[in-house]
Amino acid sequence: MSALPEKMGNANKKKYILEGLSSKLFQFCALISVISLLLIVGFVFYKGSLPFVVDGYSFIDFLTGVDWVPSEEKFGILPMIVASVYATIGALIIGVPVGLFTAIFLAEIAPKRVAKFISPAVQLLAGIPSVLYGVFGLAIIVPFLQNVLNLPRGQSLLAVILVLAIMMLPTIVTVAETAIRAVPKTYREGSLALGASQIETIFKVVVPAAKSGVMAAIVLGVGRAIGETMAVILVAGNSLIIPTSLTDSLRPLTTNIALEMGYAFGSHQNMLFATGIVLFSFILILNFVLAKISAKGEK
Amino acid sequence: MNSIETKLNKARTGKITPIKQDSEEKAIISVRDLNLFYGEKQALFSVSMDIQEKEVTALIGPSGCGKSTFLRTLNRMNDLIDSVQINGDIVIDNENIYQTNDVIKLRTKVGMVFQKANLFPMSIYDNVAYGPRMQGLKNKKELDKIVEESLRGAAIWDEVKDRLKTSALGLSGGQQQRICIARAIAMKPEIILMDEPTSALDPISTLKVEELIEKMKKDFTIVIVTHNMQQAARISDKTAFFLNGEVIEYEQTDKIFSMPNDQRTEDYITGRFG
Repeated sequence: MSALPEKMGNANKKKYILEGLSSKLFQFCALISVISLLLIVGFVFYKGSLPFVVDGYSFIDFLTGVDWVPSEEKFGILPMIVASVYATIGALIIGVPVGLFTAIFLAEIAPKRVAKFISPAVQLLAGIPSVLYGVFGLAIIVPFLQNVLNLPRGQSLLAVILVLAIMMLPTIVTVAETAIRAVPKTYREGSLALGASQIETIFKVVVPAAKSGVMAAIVLGVGRAIGETMAVILVAGNSLIIPTSLTDSLRPLTTNIALEMGYAFGSHQNMLFATGIVLFSFILILNFVLAKISAKGEK
Repeated sequence: MNSIETKLNKARTGKITPIKQDSEEKAIISVRDLNLFYGEKQALFSVSMDIQEKEVTALIGPSGCGKSTFLRTLNRMNDLIDSVQINGDIVIDNENIYQTNDVIKLRTKVGMVFQKANLFPMSIYDNVAYGPRMQGLKNKKELDKIVEESLRGAAIWDEVKDRLKTSALGLSGGQQQRICIARAIAMKPEIILMDEPTSALDPISTLKVEELIEKMKKDFTIVIVTHNMQQAARISDKTAFFLNGEVIEYEQTDKIFSMPNDQRTEDYITGRFG
C-alpha cells in the first residue's frame, strides 16, 4: 500500500511535463499563423515601397496616374482602382439583396424540408474553386452578354459584376442566415402577438435585431469580391482603361498583379507589389469596418 | 387515428365540472371540446371553459399540463408550430377564431404578455408604439398619446417618461415586463393573456405587476397562467386547475382554494404533488 502514493507522485510528474510540452506546442502552432502574416505583409510592404523610397517614383502619381505602360516606366493604377471599386459596388448591388432575401427565406419562411436542401447547396457554392466560376462566366455569361447586348466582346464590367455577385452569395447567405436564426424566438412571438404580419415581423424586428450579423455578412461578401482574382481574369477583358460603362472591358487590381507578376522584374515587379499594398489596404479598411460593426453589435 | 378517436371519446365522457354562469355575467371567451395535438401526442383533452368579461382567470397546474398550450390557443400563437393540430371551438366575441383567416385582427383583440420580457432592441417609445404602428397609425400626436396612456396604464410612466427614446433593454427585468404590459395595452385589446408574467421577477417587481393586474381588471379581461398558487389566490376571480391536458376543476377562486370539489385539486393546492 505504501508504494501507491509514490507511484502516483511519479505519474503526476509526467503529467506536468506533458502539460508543459503541449502548451508549448500549441503556442508554437499559434505563432505560425502570426509569423506568416507578418512575413507576407512585411515582404509586400518592403518590395512595394522600394520604387517610392529608393527609385524616386511619386506615390501620388502612382495612385492617380491613368497610364500603365511598364516598358515606358509609366505606372499609374487609377484605372485599376476604379475598376475594382466599380466591380465590387456592382456586385454588391446585385449580391446583397439576393443574398439577404435568400437568407431570410431560408431562416424564416422556407419549410424545414426546403431549407434543409437549399442551405447545404448554398454552402457548397462557397467550396467551388474560383477558377470554375471564371470558366462558367466565360462559357455562359460572356457569350450571353455578347449576343444579347450585341457587343464586340462579352468580357466586360457587367460580366465581372455578375460573376462576383454569384460568388459572394454563399458568404452573404450563410453568415446572414446564421445571424437571423440567432434572433430569439421571443422577438418573433412578441411581434406577432402585437398583430404584426410575418413580413412586418421579419423587417421591423428580426432583421434589425440581426443587424450586426447581416452587416458582417455584407462586409465579408465585399472582401470576397474585391480580392477575387482568377474568376475575374477570365471575364474582365483586362483592358487598361477607366471603365465608363457596364460594357467596357476592365482590369481590377488583383488581375493586374496576377497577369504581370510572371514576367515582371525590377521596378515593374516592385510596382506590382505596390499594387498589392493598395489592395491590402482596401481589405484592411474593410476588416476594420467589420470589427467596428461587430463590436457595436455586442454592445 | 383510431387511438385519437378513443382518446377523444374518453375525454368527452370524462368528468368536466359543469360551468356555472351567473345571469348578468357575459362570457367573452367560450371554449368547447378543444383538443390539441403536437404531432401524435395529445396535449389538451376536450377542454371546455367560459371566461367572463373583465375578470381575472387564473390557470394553474403542474408543469407540462397544458396551461400555456391552452393560453396560446386563445390568440393562435400555436399556429407557429408546424405539427400542431387543433379541433374544437373557441368563440371570442361571437366569432369562432379557428374559422377565420384574420389572425392579425384576432391578435389585435387578444394581447399577450410572455414569461420573459421580450422587448425589442429599440427605444421604449418604439416598443410601445410598435403595435399601433403595425396597424397603420402614423400620426405622431396620436402615437404620443397612446404611448403615454399605455405607460400610465402599466404604472410605469413616471419611471420612464424622461427616457422614452433610450433603449428599452437598459431597464430592469421588472420594468421591462411592465413595458411589455404597456405594449400589450397600447393595442387596446379586449383580452390580455399572460403566460407566467412574474416567474422571472423578484418579489417586489412581482408585487407591482400583481397590483397592476388588479387595476387592469376594470378595462380588460385577463387570463393568466401561473405556477404560484398564492398569486392565483390573490389576483384571480376564477381559477382553472389543469392536469395532464384536462381541466379538472374550474371554479370561483375562493371556492377552489377553500373547498375544492376534486381530490386532485386539493392534493395540488395543498402541495401534495406538482
